[in-house]
Amino acid sequence: MREYTGEGAMSGESLAELYLLAQRIRHHSVTMTNTGKASHIGSSLSIAELLAVIYGGVLRTDPSHPASPDRDRFVLSKGHACAAYYAVLAETGFFPVEWLTDFYQDGARLAGHSTHAHVPGIEVSTGSLGHGLSLATGMALAGKRDGSAYRVFCLLSDGECDEGSTWEAALFASHHRLSNLCAIVDYNKIQALGNTSEVLDLEPLAAKWTAFGWRVLEVDGHSIPEIAEGLAHIPYDTGKPSCMIAHTVKGKGISFMENDLLWHYRSPQGQEYDDAMAELEGLP
Amino acid sequence: MRTAFIATLFELAKADARIVLIVGDLGFGVVTEFADTLPNQFVNAGVAEQNMTGLAAGMALSGKIVFTYSIANFPVMRCLEQIRNDVCYHNASVKIVAVGGGLAYGALGASHHATEDIAVMRAMPNMHVLAPGDPLEAELAVRSIVKQPGPAYLRLGRAGEPIVHSQSPEFVVGQPIRVRRGADAVLVSTGGLLANSVSASELLRDSGIEAGVLSMPTVKPIDVEALMSELSGTPAIFTVEEHSVVGGLGSAIAEVLMESPRPHPLYKRIGLASAFTSVVGNQEYLRQHHGLDPTGIARTVLHTLRHRPA
Repeated sequence: MREYTGEGAMSGESLAELYLLAQRIRHHSVTMTNTGKASHIGSSLSIAELLAVIYGGVLRTDPSHPASPDRDRFVLSKGHACAAYYAVLAETGFFPVEWLTDFYQDGARLAGHSTHAHVPGIEVSTGSLGHGLSLATGMALAGKRDGSAYRVFCLLSDGECDEGSTWEAALFASHHRLSNLCAIVDYNKIQALGNTSEVLDLEPLAAKWTAFGWRVLEVDGHSIPEIAEGLAHIPYDTGKPSCMIAHTVKGKGISFMENDLLWHYRSPQGQEYDDAMAELEGLP
Repeated sequence: MRTAFIATLFELAKADARIVLIVGDLGFGVVTEFADTLPNQFVNAGVAEQNMTGLAAGMALSGKIVFTYSIANFPVMRCLEQIRNDVCYHNASVKIVAVGGGLAYGALGASHHATEDIAVMRAMPNMHVLAPGDPLEAELAVRSIVKQPGPAYLRLGRAGEPIVHSQSPEFVVGQPIRVRRGADAVLVSTGGLLANSVSASELLRDSGIEAGVLSMPTVKPIDVEALMSELSGTPAIFTVEEHSVVGGLGSAIAEVLMESPRPHPLYKRIGLASAFTSVVGNQEYLRQHHGLDPTGIARTVLHTLRHRPA
């Protein structure tokens, strides 16, 4: 397993920008789930820093040419966390921020799971768990065989590590030495009906990915420097796919949502919404 | 049909580097030359059909024309959600190939009988469903789906089916291919029962019934105008398929006919009951058991014609 060393650290200015981007993702996500009366706010909050670093400092993409053949690809396999995903795409210029008010609305564009149709920047639609890593693996294999330089990043939930298809893809990617592929596991340790340790224990998770032939890096999934440093060094090992296990907190950033399964389902309304926004406004 | 499929795909793939063949660890002795000659266009995904299909969609969305290949239900049902969400929703150029449609793997048992696959694939949005009737149709079907963007399902028999057409027919997706005319009835067949349908029509002639035969290598989409033009004026239609009568060709054509403003002819679906085959036997034995051999088809036609309502 690879250890975080602090090498390749970003400048303070860049880190500050990514921090602000993560906070804007949180703002949008809370507002979107409020106006959309939507679920899954906890799942969006746990990936705010990951998305901020991926879109703000890692992906080689051009929002004005979202289908450019040599672009880096990003697949949000945990499609239910799409509020944060739509938010980061809007914030980085793939579509107007005003679209975010569409979330969950009748006749609008932004569905409650990541949807490619009519939404620039979304590579693939997801929503059923365990699909994303195979899709990403196919993109990586095509790129490798074509001699393309693009890389493929796939963000998974911990819950979808229950899916056999995730491990089919994991086995395949290392067998084919897809060093252009990086899986990122949002390990917030809560899934739909409880703690992962109680529902279907994933531990030792890093050892599992390692045993499947991946090189693993564990990071604090809310530490922008750690994520940035980790994603700046893909692949972690020659000829291997990379796996970043990001230790996160479900509902991160809103005190009363943190580590509470309720916020996998509940939409912040009324006082809860006001309290959530006040906490976000109160941050430096 | 399997031989025609791989020969045609191999020829096309040599000329088009976008074509990729992914197998689910099946195809012993069939895919070897392709794999050895075009290693950059071949993948063995292992015994992992869900990943095979998601992988195929990912490759197709990166510019490839991808064929997934396995036997019977494996490339269809094990990975059905990947087909729906990853392939069909993205309209990805993934062509799913199942060898051994129907009862081709007879004695291997019900796990290997692909008898609901057409119904399932027909329900998938964007999916074209093809079941060629002989090796000539199989070749034309492969050429057609390579050119057609988006998903397709190609249901093949095994190897060694007879060639039915005297020459390579005109092949247009959705349109029937007329094998013979007949004033008293028309047998509409899809897939490997085409030869038996032709033989049945010969038996019927001996009984004084002139039965035409149409091959329907495409079950979806159906060119309604072309089909209705072929069926126009026929007093009785019999669909023939090695598939459950629920949701297959018989259902597809019944839907077309029921929505047609014309008077409905006598109509009978000849196929498998919606049940698992409990007897053991090879394909020929099981076809006979289920009345899908020439004698059985002719018997059903005669019985239905004789008992038609006045």
